[in-house]
Amino acid sequence: QIGVLDVDICGPSLPKIFGVEGEQVHQSGSGWSPVYVDDNLSLMSVGFLLSKADEAVIWRGPKKNGMIKQFLRDVDWGEIDYLLIDTPPGTSDEHLSIAQYLKESDVDGAIVITTPQEVALLDVRKEITFCRKVDLPIIGVVENMSSFVCPKCKVSTQIFPASTGGGQKMAEDMNVPFLGSLPLDPRIGKCCDEGKSFLTEVPDSPATQAYKQIMSKIVEYCTKRNENRESDSGEMKTN
Amino acid sequence: MSAPMSDINVDHLSAVRHVILVMSGKGGVGKSTVATQIALGLRHAGKKVGLLDVDLCGPSIPRMFNVHQQDIHQCSEGWLPVFVDKEQKLALMSIGFLVENEQDAIIWRGPKKTAMIKQFLKDVVWRDLDYLIIDTPPGTTDEHISAIENLKAYNPDGAILVTTPQAVSVGDVKREITFCRKTHIPVIGLIENMSGFVCPNCTECTNVFSKGGGQALAKEYHVPFLGCIPLDPELSKSCDEGKDFVEHYEGSPTLQAIQKVVDRLVKIDRDLP
Repeated sequence: QIGVLDVDICGPSLPKIFGVEGEQVHQSGSGWSPVYVDDNLSLMSVGFLLSKADEAVIWRGPKKNGMIKQFLRDVDWGEIDYLLIDTPPGTSDEHLSIAQYLKESDVDGAIVITTPQEVALLDVRKEITFCRKVDLPIIGVVENMSSFVCPKCKVSTQIFPASTGGGQKMAEDMNVPFLGSLPLDPRIGKCCDEGKSFLTEVPDSPATQAYKQIMSKIVEYCTKRNENRESDSGEMKTN
Repeated sequence: MSAPMSDINVDHLSAVRHVILVMSGKGGVGKSTVATQIALGLRHAGKKVGLLDVDLCGPSIPRMFNVHQQDIHQCSEGWLPVFVDKEQKLALMSIGFLVENEQDAIIWRGPKKTAMIKQFLKDVVWRDLDYLIIDTPPGTTDEHISAIENLKAYNPDGAILVTTPQAVSVGDVKREITFCRKTHIPVIGLIENMSGFVCPNCTECTNVFSKGGGQALAKEYHVPFLGCIPLDPELSKSCDEGKDFVEHYEGSPTLQAIQKVVDRLVKIDRDLP
């Protein structure tokens, strides 16, 4: 059971990517109901609260923080195994608020996404510093848009060359796990635009395989963390 | 980062002829890259250019010119920008220059960001500039509201909006157009960036991030379309290395597309004989 929370208040893309743009959020006695993409996948985003698709959310920090607090407090996710939180770029209000509001909730960690070029890594190193400052564990780094295979001649090109070693070297230098690289497949963007699941539509893409490998590492991390948590509380009980 | 010791309260922005913001609703579409190339292109056209980086959390601009090791100096009038060239035709200002260690994160909430941007706009000694290009972070929040509030008195020429072709990007950039309309910032035009990739091996063009979304958006919202800029790995490498792409890659279709945007901006300079 997965819940997805979109805290990119100014740029809420997830409703479109999940194919549920224009859906309504309902309120009940138990809170706000998220929008169900599938039986076991629900989504909450400010995108559902806008009256028009092109409505701009021109909010300063405090108002954004208020929205995020409401999302965390009032959405009735039900029993879920994973809550995935998509954040905007940066190290500002949204990130501070999420870290602060979730402090008591024992967040499993953050997955940090980069692209291979140094200009991107520059910003992502800062994101890792941010995680450390707010005591947010880092599950690992994912390098997106790693390489592109020409559909005609099958030669691979790095569209965003890893001039300083890419995500993997950066992860090593910053002493964080590297979860894997995702190649650029034009069908990913197309599926996102059409609100379809790339993993279902294009199961034989190398990108699908890469995604699956990364996902299994994340699940492994979370399972291990859960086991450690349980054994710690078991030890405390016996003490 | 204390306030400079200004003896004279000089209105530095009044020495700037054209103020142009580079914006996008979406992250990762190439705003900073486009802002950088426009600045370089205008300098090559003989203009005096300033480039102000108000992306406080992700200040990429100093690295793109390989001047990230440099410091900001203060004078009695304010903060001196960093010149990229010895002719002093291209000046930069970024919080990147004020951070000692590149890994240090600027973890600021809105009010502190707002104050920094106000300082950048008021206290940098630009001297006479033909163009001040302002690179912004993605979104429609504190940085954008603050920049526009502080620029209103100077009648900015407007905003160049950058999108990638796909619908997910266009969806966010629509909001940026709405923002410009609400804040009365003219939209100079829209660029569809990362529009197609020509395989260096077989020259087949693939629409890696789809195609045409930016052009359709411009038509739908009646804003000028400034063109499609195709992907070029050499551009990414040039930005990483702080190399002048405009100078080194004349034959690149990417450069030709950027040049069209620069030409459009040069035309804005109505004071030319």
